[in-house]
Amino acid sequence: MANSQRYTREIPHRYRLEAQKFPSGFVSLPNRYVDPISGKKEFEKIKLQGFGTILSYTIIHIASDQFKLLTPYAVAIIETDEGARVTAMITDTNFEDLKIGARVEFVLRKIMEEGASGIINYGYKAKVIG
Amino acid sequence: MVGIVGYGAYVPIYRIKSATIANQWGSDPASIEKGLMLIEKTVPGPDEDTITIAIAAAKNALKRARIDPQKIGAVYIGSESHPYAVKPSGTVLIDALGIGPHVHVADFEFACKAGSEAMYVAYSHVKSGEMEYAMGIGADTSQGAPGDALEYSASAGGSAFIFGKENVVAEVLYTHSFTSDTADFWRREHQIYPRHGGRFTGEPAYFKHILGCGKALLEKSGMKPEDFQYAVFHMPNGRFPLKAGKELGFKQEQMSEGWIVNIMGNTYSGSSITGLTAILDVAKPGDLIFMVSFGSGAGSDGFIFRVTDKITEVQNLAPKTREMLNTPHKVYLDYGKYVAYRKKIQFNEY
Repeated sequence: MANSQRYTREIPHRYRLEAQKFPSGFVSLPNRYVDPISGKKEFEKIKLQGFGTILSYTIIHIASDQFKLLTPYAVAIIETDEGARVTAMITDTNFEDLKIGARVEFVLRKIMEEGASGIINYGYKAKVIG
Repeated sequence: MVGIVGYGAYVPIYRIKSATIANQWGSDPASIEKGLMLIEKTVPGPDEDTITIAIAAAKNALKRARIDPQKIGAVYIGSESHPYAVKPSGTVLIDALGIGPHVHVADFEFACKAGSEAMYVAYSHVKSGEMEYAMGIGADTSQGAPGDALEYSASAGGSAFIFGKENVVAEVLYTHSFTSDTADFWRREHQIYPRHGGRFTGEPAYFKHILGCGKALLEKSGMKPEDFQYAVFHMPNGRFPLKAGKELGFKQEQMSEGWIVNIMGNTYSGSSITGLTAILDVAKPGDLIFMVSFGSGAGSDGFIFRVTDKITEVQNLAPKTREMLNTPHKVYLDYGKYVAYRKKIQFNEY
């Protein structure tokens, strides 16, 4: 998220999880130009319902500057119920509950601030449920 | 019939105990807990602010209203901690929830009563026939200066209410507002922490407006305190609302359900209205609810609601307020972590 123009353009997928479904069945979030399976450019817009399962995760102890205050935090690769594979930061979750196969719900959170005078970036994170 | 068709609350999972703050400043934890009647308060996570809290509450309200978000004609967020000085909180919310772009959006400010103010305007739009649905929200991540009495109470949370004419769960029967210029509490531009007039925030401010509004509302409605199953007032600490309620003629048992301040703190624009959500979570058809908010500066908004038989259909469609407050997942912070989360210490700019 580099500037306010790009941030605004990315609102549909970052706020509302608006994804693409290609004819091959491949579901993508964020958007891409070409289906990696068929190479075709046609797709249907779908809205992810905001639930998924953790495929893998890691815990970050040494973060880049914007995320220093959040350490240690987890980042997971999540397969949503629609089949999209999404990388997301994990929030509001005890590390003991963080497991491969754990169910997660996506929530809208503050991702980072672009300094004291720049825009505030909001987007999805995931929290373990149940 | 015009009233609430969907309601929802949200509180973060983080907490700090009054005793932790008292120990930091060398105060006696027992006298703080007894004097202010506060055990613990909610704290926003490092990735939460008024916008994310308002969105979480509004999402819960939409789950209960079961309506197409596109039918909502207005969204108002009341807060004294809007993340931007210039750029609305409401625009993030409508885009996150799929409301609009054909929607009227505004951010409200009026210390602790900006939430009830947003509800009042949303309700009036629907009542006038201007739109089918309108949403009023109160949310805050309020700040108290380190060592100030406010630090024990200033907390985070919010609630959202969708008003409409069909499938109403709580009808609005009467409203009243009571306002005067009173310098009891303020924050100037660019200042991080608010200032207040100490004891002056009591009788000439809180009690004058809550009682002034409450009495007028009872008079207007022709109702008596004993007609109501529930009453809820703005909760800057534990003691004030109970005292104000008693003075108006309400009994402890009418106030206990909405009195959540002891485990939530003062969520400012989300205070009395989050108490209202706790009441709606357990209310039965036909119950009457009396609510009076208070915002420094100063003013009070009063509402009388009558719960309808639709309430039982929606109570379980979203998390209940007391369940969120008593969640087994809550995380207690020590004072160091708390000041870091609240950015009360100076960090390097990266």
